[in-house]
Amino acid sequence: MASTPLEAIKRYSREARSDEKRQQARPVQKRKGRATGYLFLLPWFVGMFVFTAGPVIASLYLSFTNYNLIGAPSWIGWQNYLAMFQDPQWWDAVRVTLVYVLLSVPLKLAVALLVALLLKRGLIGLGLFRAIYYIPSLLGSSVAIALLWRQIFDSDGLVNQVLNLIGIHATTSWVSTPDTALYTLVVLSVWQFGTPMLIFLAGLQQIPQEYYEAAATDGAGPVRNFFSITLPLITPLVFFNLILQMVGAFQAFTPSYIVSGGTGGPVYSTLFYTLYLYQEGFANLKMGYASAMAWVLLIAIAFFTALAFLTSRYWVFYQDERS
Amino acid sequence: MLTSLSRSDRAGADTRFRRSQIRPGPRWFSKKAARLLVYLFVLAGAFIMIYPLLWLISASFKPEDLIFSTSSLISPQWTLGNYSDGWNALDYPFSQFFANSLLVCAGAIIGNIFSCSLAAYAFARLQFKYKPFWFALMLGGILLPMHVLIVPQYILFKELGWIGTLLPLVAPKFFATDAFFIFLMIQFIRGIPTELDDAARIDGCNHFSFYWRVILPLSLPALVTTAIFTFIWTWSDFFSQLIYLSDESTYTIPVALSQFIDSTGNSAYGQLFAMSVLSLLPIFGFFLIFQRLLIQGASTTGLKG
Repeated sequence: MASTPLEAIKRYSREARSDEKRQQARPVQKRKGRATGYLFLLPWFVGMFVFTAGPVIASLYLSFTNYNLIGAPSWIGWQNYLAMFQDPQWWDAVRVTLVYVLLSVPLKLAVALLVALLLKRGLIGLGLFRAIYYIPSLLGSSVAIALLWRQIFDSDGLVNQVLNLIGIHATTSWVSTPDTALYTLVVLSVWQFGTPMLIFLAGLQQIPQEYYEAAATDGAGPVRNFFSITLPLITPLVFFNLILQMVGAFQAFTPSYIVSGGTGGPVYSTLFYTLYLYQEGFANLKMGYASAMAWVLLIAIAFFTALAFLTSRYWVFYQDERS
Repeated sequence: MLTSLSRSDRAGADTRFRRSQIRPGPRWFSKKAARLLVYLFVLAGAFIMIYPLLWLISASFKPEDLIFSTSSLISPQWTLGNYSDGWNALDYPFSQFFANSLLVCAGAIIGNIFSCSLAAYAFARLQFKYKPFWFALMLGGILLPMHVLIVPQYILFKELGWIGTLLPLVAPKFFATDAFFIFLMIQFIRGIPTELDDAARIDGCNHFSFYWRVILPLSLPALVTTAIFTFIWTWSDFFSQLIYLSDESTYTIPVALSQFIDSTGNSAYGQLFAMSVLSLLPIFGFFLIFQRLLIQGASTTGLKG
């Protein structure tokens, strides 16, 4: 089965630990190697302390302060966090983001898996189809595509033109109707299923053909094959794609900003969490509040990721563990 | 497990096989029909996937009043006016924005290749104290959402007087802040045989010249992958460019595009589409040239545009 970065990380940290033990037995080389190692890591150390670890600590501190870039931050304790729960727009942002994540991620993975299963059959022109299905996820996160999306779903946009063509008279602007605006962003996200599809396709092509031959002699049909062979064997990839897409969806910004023109409208129906954070931090200069919001986002992402990891032993099937 | 089962169960399988032969009609038909159906489905899907992009290209060559009157790709009239007008629609010509975007991308690529490969060599080949700790910290950096960092980073760059310049977008890359690429290169460097290390050491090669003369040239595929994805990510990055670039002369392509509607009013969609097409061309070009590498990178690591 394809090894995902997650498995590579596990393997690496195991080996790093045994390296450390080996080195402790050879003290002379250790001292020499240590200096060189730290020298090679020098740029990374500077970057880590100045641009990553330092800001993480600073952001945690700022989240307990009131700060608008002028003067010094003033300590206000938990007030930023408490204010969030009183803030109706914050709740809008949370609701919109959760709906977006919970809809777009499963849909995207389902479409990706379906198309990967179809392409696996080795059609003529596989390379071309794979390229066409992959291109949207390469271009899709750009401002240009978000602008295009706003036009496609506008009142005289492509979607309505096509609907009129097949006899349905439609003049609604999907992006400026509060009930539908968020779903146009979900469609934009699902349209970019190319990356998980490629991962699934690579995994499917590695499943030994003998499994299916064996199942065929046992009289299994395609549905049974899928649920008893294919799906269990690619659960590690489903898991990997799920984490990747979920973390990405929580942090999506461009589509919300561009399609709503930076407002999150109509009536906050496309106000992504990151867009609200941007508005509060960089338009209203509420740096303390924005920092607190960022920490809640971090905790939310960590929570959902941990949830996926904890439940994974019930539904992710690793071949090397069973055999 | 399944294979061993089939071997021990050969005799039983035989009878089952014969049973399925009794009703060959629907099986034979469904197999061919299913194949045709799959083909049609894949073809239709590909058409739907690519149509918005084709429509965008076609619209960019249509006169303004024809863009929204038809969903067809074919127009009775074609024009290049959208391109020439759009190029100069903002206060600065688009050549300025292209130059800015290219500058940021070039800086980010050089920075990432230099700093990430140094760090990756240390993690992949050298032994030093607390290595697992630093490694874990590095991995944590991959998963960290940038929103936790953005406010303090903004304050830092403001103190340095860098807001409104391209520096906040480039300088951090020289300090290996894109930890994902460190990880990518570690994976690659670990695949280079360690016999080379021993041979180099016998020839009196120290770690720096070994890194420079052996590891870097051999890691070329990983470096190219890093360069391509750094380019694609930086080229389409919007959030940080929107925050740091306040002066129109420093606008990159995404920021310039996002200001387009506000600056030109609602009537200039043809020009907007023309500039959008131009903004996508470099990524598309990279895709055509490095298609195999990109698809491989995406299949194995989930690298995304």
